[in-house]
Amino acid sequence: MLPTDIRNPDYFHKVVDCQWACPAHTPVPEYIRLIASRRYGDAYMLNWQSNVFPGILGRTCDRPCEPACRRGRVEKEPVAICRLKRVAADYKGDIRHRLPRAPVRGNGKRVALVGAGPASLTVARDLAPEGYDLVLFDSAPAAGGMIRSQIPKFRLPEEVIDEEVGYILDLGMETRFGTPITSMNALLAENYDAIFVGCGAPRGRDLDLPGRHVAPGQIHLGIDWLASVAFGHVREIGRRVIVLGGGNTAMDCCRSARRLGGQDVTVVVRSGFAEMKASPWEKEEAMEEGIPILNFLVPKEFRHGGGTLQGVLFEKVAAERGADGRRRLVPTGEPDLMMPCDDVLIAVGQENAFPWIERDSGIDFDRWDMPVVNERTMQSTHPKVFFGGDAAFGAKNIIWAVAHGHEAAISIDRLCRGEDVAERPPPLVNLVSQKMGIHEWSYDNEISNDLRYRVPHREHELALADITAEVELGFDEKLGLAEAERCFNCDVQTVFTGRLCIECDACTDICPTDCITFTGNGEETDLRRRLTAPAHDVTQALYVSGNLKTGRVMVKDENLCLHCGLCAERCPTGAWDMQRFLLEMPLASHACCNL
Amino acid sequence: MTFVAKPKLSHPELPRNRLGLTRRDYEGAVSTLCAGCGHDSISAAIIRAFFELDLPPHRIAKLSGIGCSSKTPTYFLGRAHGFNSVHGRMPAVATGANLANRDLVYIGVSGDGDSASIGLGQFAHAMRRDVNMVYIVENNGVYGLTKGQFSATADVGARSKRGVTNTESSIDLAALALVLGASFVARSFSGDKAQLVPLIKAAVLHKGAAFIDCISPCVAFNNHAGSTKSYDYVREHNEAVDALDVIVGRDEISADYAPGTIETVVLHDGSILRLNKLAPDYSVHDRVAALAHIQDRERAGEIVTGLLYVGPESKDMHENLNTVATPLASLGDAELCPGSAALEELNATLR
Repeated sequence: MLPTDIRNPDYFHKVVDCQWACPAHTPVPEYIRLIASRRYGDAYMLNWQSNVFPGILGRTCDRPCEPACRRGRVEKEPVAICRLKRVAADYKGDIRHRLPRAPVRGNGKRVALVGAGPASLTVARDLAPEGYDLVLFDSAPAAGGMIRSQIPKFRLPEEVIDEEVGYILDLGMETRFGTPITSMNALLAENYDAIFVGCGAPRGRDLDLPGRHVAPGQIHLGIDWLASVAFGHVREIGRRVIVLGGGNTAMDCCRSARRLGGQDVTVVVRSGFAEMKASPWEKEEAMEEGIPILNFLVPKEFRHGGGTLQGVLFEKVAAERGADGRRRLVPTGEPDLMMPCDDVLIAVGQENAFPWIERDSGIDFDRWDMPVVNERTMQSTHPKVFFGGDAAFGAKNIIWAVAHGHEAAISIDRLCRGEDVAERPPPLVNLVSQKMGIHEWSYDNEISNDLRYRVPHREHELALADITAEVELGFDEKLGLAEAERCFNCDVQTVFTGRLCIECDACTDICPTDCITFTGNGEETDLRRRLTAPAHDVTQALYVSGNLKTGRVMVKDENLCLHCGLCAERCPTGAWDMQRFLLEMPLASHACCNL
Repeated sequence: MTFVAKPKLSHPELPRNRLGLTRRDYEGAVSTLCAGCGHDSISAAIIRAFFELDLPPHRIAKLSGIGCSSKTPTYFLGRAHGFNSVHGRMPAVATGANLANRDLVYIGVSGDGDSASIGLGQFAHAMRRDVNMVYIVENNGVYGLTKGQFSATADVGARSKRGVTNTESSIDLAALALVLGASFVARSFSGDKAQLVPLIKAAVLHKGAAFIDCISPCVAFNNHAGSTKSYDYVREHNEAVDALDVIVGRDEISADYAPGTIETVVLHDGSILRLNKLAPDYSVHDRVAALAHIQDRERAGEIVTGLLYVGPESKDMHENLNTVATPLASLGDAELCPGSAALEELNATLR
């Protein structure tokens, strides 16, 4: 193999798996270290710069970082990265003086933001400090989008939304809430310098089964029902409730129903329990609240009697692998199952809908009737119109919306400056030695043996009695600090300088996870077979040096490195050094915040 | 010196031996020796060898004297018995321990100061008595703890870190062990675990005194140009006579060698040593020829390594003394002190 080029920012970025997995590339280990040193405000600001909604995401993020966390590979569970973000938000104190402000004099550019959800708010956050004249539209009476309308208050209290959405609105922008946009052409005619569409995926998918329309008052579309609950239009539901669907919306529906009078709430999914789209922790929490999840049941019919809903008829199925290797559901032949109920919540997916965008507006749509959007620049085929969040590529999650918002803001900024939108600014990268003394590092390299701490929950009875009572109470400081210690500091990189190496084997001998091997060079597949310990995971890089004195090379499997720095501590010549790799994504506004 | 403990977390696919233990279970405390010390590599090789031999750590006794090398038993086999003796007296303590309890596996770790200077007499007698033990000398040619004066194994003409040339003749412990009648003599290099680990395994399996002279560079005081015990010098002048494969009882024989280059040695417990001969005319059973070869190559400036000699049918100290099979430490009062009648009977046989 050729020597690894560590000057390529992607190389060490990939080693920080959590940051690499995060769509917004939040510098996770860096903020966890700040939490560990009780610098909550700093940890919050670092998050705020990168993911805009630390308090909201610290409760609701889909956490792509956690399955990626290296700790999960050498131990049972990853670091509770998401809930540590909430720790930063909970203990940050007043940070308002650290937020940027819009300049007194604007730059004269006007940008319309359609939809006031996380994607648009991110664009607003990034552009407002640059002096843009922003107009934020939403059909709802308040900003927040799905954060406000779909996420139940027992998972995300209203004050947290008000606070973090408020930070952005306070930067200064015109808001037109309660005013749906009905025509893209009309909006284009208003001559904005750019338009950002972040209106989400607002349409819940329906189930067109027999009996669907007989008693419409008892059958609800999940996201619409959640919005009605959120805005206080719906305050109760029948005693027996069936929730159809296995995603996170279904979990929010069943748990909300449980709090609004549903005593006998059941989730029913077509496929297997394991195949459900909902995050594992959301499934767990639903089941802990006494909600059974039944699987392999396909809804066939809504049964009625006397104009009221009696129940849902299900066909029993099993999963089978067909001759083509694809998994499909086939009826078992057992008799159908009739489940009586008073209400049904349908949460089987969300769709995009753009009835308000005229197809002659210059924005192309593809064969799935989705706008054609450049994945890097978020630009549509109309040079002034950009998309982001669920509106761009279908339903994803908040953190993806934030990532889209950052990219769109950069594009809009470049467009308004007359620069090429396709050209992207590079990230800020910094690699600095952490050596303080012979065996002292400016990070805590002692590895904690603690298992993952559980976030304390409100007692079930109290939680179920009030739909606005937050279930998770958050880590207290003591638990938060202990959890923070579980982080390996994967951003503190093992940097190898071959010309200093005397091949004494000290690093190989001390490495607790057998990452390091000195051997003859070869092709990657061959090298992987010859390492001290198995290195099957080809998605995890091998760090290969140039030829050493004996003609061998140093090969380090990045996969299981604990970043404990013992290789560097036991290295007599400083060939190994521990260097902190900090990568900050480019943002449209350079004066974004005062870290 | 490293202040943090080695993390408990390990590779999830870390292999387990027949006792269900991983290599990590054979480790000791984190070393307090200088970073890069050859001794730490030897400790790692010892850990691997004992792990691969499936030996229960609590049936092993590790003994040492004084010096950098003699600190190392703390850094391996944390669950074994240990004895850190007076300077140079490890062989006497090991002999005594072995006499009292022949059932344990003994490993003595010593250095060139401990064995070639203050303990040279002790070393000699452990060899000639054929005490059933592994005797490793971690040989770096200098007194590291007192900042790098030449030791008795420093070669004539070697230069110290401060530029002084050694004029005194050096003691070659491997050659000396051969002369003294040791039944297993090997030399190796801390920087070559592929050679060292099988040698340690063979030494453990060998019945009788198994001596390994292991060159172990001192990174702090003897790893410069002009040193004959530096990583670079040893790598350049290393002349292995053989490469060893240790096949214990049920292990499968898998290595492939060109015909005629293999010599097989069967040990007393049925384990097999397969020697891939790198020096074609070298015989591992010929004490005199071995001595001649070592001295001949040394004159040419080369360092001969590998398994140098293994006695055909070694008898250890217990066999020579005709002791009982039960360890003396396990005998009861009645057996140890059979009373005046038995003494009378014994005395009668001597009259």
